[in-house]
Amino acid sequence: MIPASFDYVAADSTSDAIGLLAEHGDDAKVLAGGHSLLPMMKLRLAQPSVLIDIGRVFELAGITATADELIIGATTRHAALASSELVRADAPLLAHAASLVGDPQIRHRGTIGGSLAHADPAADLPMAVVALGGTLTLSGPSGSRQVPADEFFLGYFETALAEDELLTSVRVPRRPGVPWGYQKFVRRANDWAIVGAAAIAGRVALANMGPMPLRARAAEDALAGGASAAEAARLAAEGTSAPEDIHADRAYREHLARVLTERALEHRSSAAHAG
Amino acid sequence: MRVEFTVNGEPRSADVEPRTLLVHFLREQCGLRAANIGCDTTSCGACTVLLDGESVKSCTVLVAQAAGQEVTTAEGLAPPGELHPVQRAFRAEHGLQCGFCTPGMVMASVSLLAENPHPTEQQVREGLEGNLCRCTGYHNIVRAVLTAAASDPAEVTA
Amino acid sequence: MSILGTRVLRTEDPRFLTTGGVYTEDVTDELLTGACHVFFVRSPVAHAQIGRIDTSAALGAPGVLAVYTGADLAGLPAIDVMMPGLLNERMRRRLLATGKVRFVGDPVAVVVTEHLYQGEDAVELVDVDYDPLPAVVDLDDALHGEVILFDEAGTNVVAEFGNEASLKPDLFDGCEAVVTATIINQRVAPAPMEARAAAAAWGEDGRLTAWIPNQGAQGTREDLAKLLGVEEAQVRVITPDVGGAFGAKFGADPEHAVVAWVARQLGRPARWTESRFENLIAMTHGRGQRHTITIGGSRDGDVQAYRLQIVQDGGAYPKIGAVLPFLTILMAVGPYQIPKAEAIGVSVVTNTTPVGAYRGAGRPEATAALERAFDLFAAEIGMDPAEVRRRNLLPPFTEPHQTAFGALYDSGDYAAALDKALDSAGYAELRAEQARRRASGDPHQLGIGVSCYVEITGGGDGGPPKENATVEVHPDGTATILTGTSPHGQGHSTAWAMIASEELGIPVENFTVRWGDTDLIPEGGGTGGSRSLQQGGAAVQQASRELIDVARERAAAALEASADDLRFNTDRAAFEVAGDPEASVRLADLAKEERLFVHTIFTAPGATFPFGTHVAVAEVDTQTGKATLRRVITVDDAGIVLNPLLAEGQRHGGIAQGAAQAFLEEVVYDADGNPLTASFADYPIVSATELPSFELASMETPTSYNPLGVKGIGEAGTIGATPAVQSAIVDAVGHLGVRHIDMPATPMRIWRAMQAANDGLEGA
Repeated sequence: MIPASFDYVAADSTSDAIGLLAEHGDDAKVLAGGHSLLPMMKLRLAQPSVLIDIGRVFELAGITATADELIIGATTRHAALASSELVRADAPLLAHAASLVGDPQIRHRGTIGGSLAHADPAADLPMAVVALGGTLTLSGPSGSRQVPADEFFLGYFETALAEDELLTSVRVPRRPGVPWGYQKFVRRANDWAIVGAAAIAGRVALANMGPMPLRARAAEDALAGGASAAEAARLAAEGTSAPEDIHADRAYREHLARVLTERALEHRSSAAHAG
Repeated sequence: MRVEFTVNGEPRSADVEPRTLLVHFLREQCGLRAANIGCDTTSCGACTVLLDGESVKSCTVLVAQAAGQEVTTAEGLAPPGELHPVQRAFRAEHGLQCGFCTPGMVMASVSLLAENPHPTEQQVREGLEGNLCRCTGYHNIVRAVLTAAASDPAEVTA
Repeated sequence: MSILGTRVLRTEDPRFLTTGGVYTEDVTDELLTGACHVFFVRSPVAHAQIGRIDTSAALGAPGVLAVYTGADLAGLPAIDVMMPGLLNERMRRRLLATGKVRFVGDPVAVVVTEHLYQGEDAVELVDVDYDPLPAVVDLDDALHGEVILFDEAGTNVVAEFGNEASLKPDLFDGCEAVVTATIINQRVAPAPMEARAAAAAWGEDGRLTAWIPNQGAQGTREDLAKLLGVEEAQVRVITPDVGGAFGAKFGADPEHAVVAWVARQLGRPARWTESRFENLIAMTHGRGQRHTITIGGSRDGDVQAYRLQIVQDGGAYPKIGAVLPFLTILMAVGPYQIPKAEAIGVSVVTNTTPVGAYRGAGRPEATAALERAFDLFAAEIGMDPAEVRRRNLLPPFTEPHQTAFGALYDSGDYAAALDKALDSAGYAELRAEQARRRASGDPHQLGIGVSCYVEITGGGDGGPPKENATVEVHPDGTATILTGTSPHGQGHSTAWAMIASEELGIPVENFTVRWGDTDLIPEGGGTGGSRSLQQGGAAVQQASRELIDVARERAAAALEASADDLRFNTDRAAFEVAGDPEASVRLADLAKEERLFVHTIFTAPGATFPFGTHVAVAEVDTQTGKATLRRVITVDDAGIVLNPLLAEGQRHGGIAQGAAQAFLEEVVYDADGNPLTASFADYPIVSATELPSFELASMETPTSYNPLGVKGIGEAGTIGATPAVQSAIVDAVGHLGVRHIDMPATPMRIWRAMQAANDGLEGA
C-alpha cells in the first residue's frame, strides 16, 4: 500500500516549519519520524496534500537539562530517549516507556513529538508524559505556549495543538531515585497496550482506558489520603471510559486497570515480554 | 523531486514522486530486491534495511527522508560471493526456510548486534520483535543470532 | 560414510541471504517487459446485491488502461466446485462476482494501470452500489438457512459426512463417566510472509506463461486452464521462489486467472501482488470447525466410547475447507484404541472468506477434539491426563492397523513416544512444581499439557500415491534432478541432492534441482500434506538407482566387462571392474556419447502415519489471565530422518504455528461479517517474543512404504502442539475449577473462565 500523492517540503528551522504550517494550513501535516503518520497515509486514513518534514531541523532534536527539568526536543527518537544516560537517571519511567514503543526499527525512527501529537490513547509516551506531569511547548506564528500534558490530550487522536502550531519540545521534572512503576499489558511484545498504567510520586496515568491517556484520579486521591497501593488501585477504573475491541471488553479492561495500577504503585515494571 | 543518498556505498540520485517509499525505490529503481514487502502496517519487518547503520522498515520511510544518508541492504553486507558473519550464522543454524523474511531478519540482527554485541536469548527475541517469520518458529533464527554474537565481534558489527 | 541422516547445510541459502529469493514480484523475464499492473476492487460488505458499477472516474484517472467488471468476464466458465457430488454443485463462483457479493473481499472489478503507484488511486474511484443483505456469519444461522448465500442451491449446506440419524443412541451405555462439550477450533489465517501474486504473458503462439507462487505448478496449470476455459497445453506455469504457503497456495485462485485474462485482453503482460490487507481477507483461511465431543468410559480410566460431531465453516465459496471434515473424521480416534466411536460432519457456507487448507488441514482439528475430550474425561474421573492416555493408546504394531474410520496406520509405537516426551519434559518434577505453586497460592500458576497424536501424510487424492523424478548426470560431472514436488522453504534442493548423491557419489553441491515449470516437468503432485520426501524423495532415490542400472550396462560395454563384474564406487562416482581397480569409467564419462538420465515414477502402497507426543508448559498470571508459554517438548516420529537440520526446522515452524493457534491467533468477524483482523497490526501472528526455544527429542520408527523408511514431518507441529498448549493453559487454572477454555486462550478468555469457575464454586 502506498500513500495518496502529496507535496513534500523540508523545513530547515523551527521558524521555517511554523511558517510553512501557516502557509499550508490544514492541508498540511508535519512529518517527523513518520511512524505514526505514514502508516495512516498508506491506509489512506490520512491524505494530507503537503508534508512538512521537520526531520532535518537539528534544533528540534536532543535532550538538555535545567536544574529541575529535562527538555526533550520533539524529534528526539525513541531509541535515543531509551538509551540516554540523562533520561535513564533522571526520568527512568520515560526511558523505560520509550524502550517499549513498537519495535527496534520503529524506535530508530519514531519521535516523541510525533507520538504525542498523534495522541493514540493506547500508546506509551502519552501515558508516560501524563504520569510524569510533563509540559509540552507548542510554537506558533505568535510565539510559544506551555501546555501541561494533562491538558494537551483532548480526545481520541485529538490534542490542543492548533493547526498552525508545532510541538517543539517536552519538559519533564527531574526525579532521580524517585520510585516509579510502569505496566504495559500486551499479548505480543510490539502491540499497543490493551491497558497500561504508569505511576510515580503519587500520580497514576492509564493508557487505553478512554479516548486519551487518563489520570486515575480516584486512586491518586486515595493515595494522598494515605491509602495503600492495593486500596488505591481498587479505584483505578473510576472515571474511565474504556473502549471495547477484540482484545478486551470494558469490564476486563477495568479489571486490568486495577491490577496494573497496583503493580505500578508497587514500583514494578513490565519488561517487553511480560504482562 | 530530486534526492541523493548512498546505497551500499554507491551514490544514488533520482527524481521521484514525493510519496515514493524507500522500499519501492530500492526494489524498482536500484534493482535491489532482497528487501521484501510483507505487510501494510509497519509490522512484519521484511523490508528492514539499515539507514546510517540503524535498522529501519523501508516501507515506512520516504525516499525523501533518506536523502543524504547511507542505506545498507542485505546485498551490501558482504562483498559479492561472500557472506557476512550474521548471514553465515543464519545458514549454519538453518535460520531460514522460504527466505522471504530473511534479508529483513538479517538486517535487524546486524543492527541488534551492533547495539548489543552479547545479547541473551531473551534479548535476541525482544530485539527481533519487529520481524515476523512464518516458517522457522524463530528457534533457529535465535540460535543464529547467538552464534553470530559468539563470533568475532569486530567482524559482526563491521 | 552415508550422507543420509546428516546435518547437511542448505545449498539454497546463500542467495536467499544476500540478493534474496526471486519471488513472483521479483521475476524479470523478457516476456514480462512492459507489464501493466492489476488491482482488485473488493467488496466492503459481506453480503449484498451488486447494483450499478460506475467505472468512468477510474477510467479517467492517470495511467488507467482499463477497468473490468464481472460483466466483461461473462464469457468465461463459472467455477465448478471441487469434488462435485461430494460438494454441492450449485454453489458456483465467478472470477469476478456478478449479481451478489458473498464476503468482504469478494472481487467485483479490476483496475489496470501503467505504473504500480497508480492503481490504488484509481481503485478508490470505482463506484459500486451495494444493496446489503443480512450476513450469515454464525454457523447455526447458516444451518438454519433463513438467509441463503446461493439462492440456486436453496441451502447453505455444502456437504454432509454421515448424519445425525446414523448416531447410535446407546453409544455410551455402560460408561461410568460421560463428558460432553462443544468447543471451537477457530478460523486462522495461513499468512505466508509472501502474499499472493501473479505475472502473466501470452506469447505469439497463443500460449500463456504464468508465474504464480504455488505448491505445485502442474495442479496450478490445471486450475488455471479450467478457470480460463483453455486447454492445459496452452498454459505454462512457472513457480518462482515461494515465500511460504502452508496449504493456502495450492492451485490457482480466481485472482490469478483474472490477471491472465487481463493480459490476454490488453495484449500485454500483466502483474499483480496483493497487499497484506487483501491477503488476510481474500486468501483462504484455515480450520473453522465447531466440535461437539462426547467421551465415556470407566472410572479407572478406560475410554469406551467417543463421538465427534463437526460443523465446518466453509466460508463464502466451497473450497478445500468444505472437505476438511472428511479428514477430521478419518483421524477421529487418533492413536487410541476406543471400542466404540462415531464421527459425523456437515459443511456450510457463510459470508466470510473461503476456508481452505492450512498446515495439517483437517487432522489438527481431529487431534484437538480428541485430546480435549481426553482431558475432560481425565478431569471427570480425577486421573492424571497422561495416565489416561497411556491406558488407552494402541499397543506397538509393525503390521498395518485398520481403524474404525478406514485409516490404515502403517507402523507405530505410541506409548514409547508418550514416555519419551514425559521423560524429556521431566513430567513428575513439573507436576511437583505445579503442586507447590498451587499450595502456595502463587499468582503465576503452572500448567502442563500433553497431547498424543497420529496423523496421515502423503495421502494423495485417490489411488496409490505417486510422484515422478528425473535424474541426469552431465559430462562435466554435475547432475540435474527434476522433481514433481514443489518446495517453498522445505529445502528440497538440498534433500533431493543428498538422496541422489548417496547413490551416485556426486557431491551435493554439484546438483541442480529443478521444479515448478510445467513445460519442463509436465507431471507432478506438488508439495502438501507432508508428501514430498516419502514420494518425491523416494522417486529421486529410485531414479538414481535406475540410472546406475542404465549406466552399468554402458560401463560394461565401455570396459568390455560383464555388468555383473562391475562395482560402482561412490567415492569416485565410477564403475570399477572387480579385481582390476585400474579398469574403471566415471559416470560423467558415460554421459559423453549419449545423455545419461532416467525418468521414473515412484508409487507408494499408501499414506503413512507419523505420530508423537507433545508436552507444553504454560504459566498463567491469575490476576490478569495472561498465559505465557514456557516450554514445548516434542517427540515427533516421522520414520527415518534424512537431514535432521531440515526435519527440526519443519518441527519448529509447525510448533510455533500450532502454539499460536492455541493462545494467540484468530480471524474475527463482527456480526455483519466485517473482518476485524485484516492487518498484521490486528491479526496477532506469533513473534519471537511469545515463544520459548523448543525441546525436540528424536524417535525414528521406519515405515516399509518407501525404501527411505520416511514419513511426512511438515505438519506434526500444528497437529501436536495446539492441543498441548491449550491443555497446558487450561491445566494451569484447572485447580480453580476450569475445565475448558476455547482457543485462542486470550487473557480475557482465561480470566473469564476463572471468574465463571469461581462463580460456579461459590454457587455450589
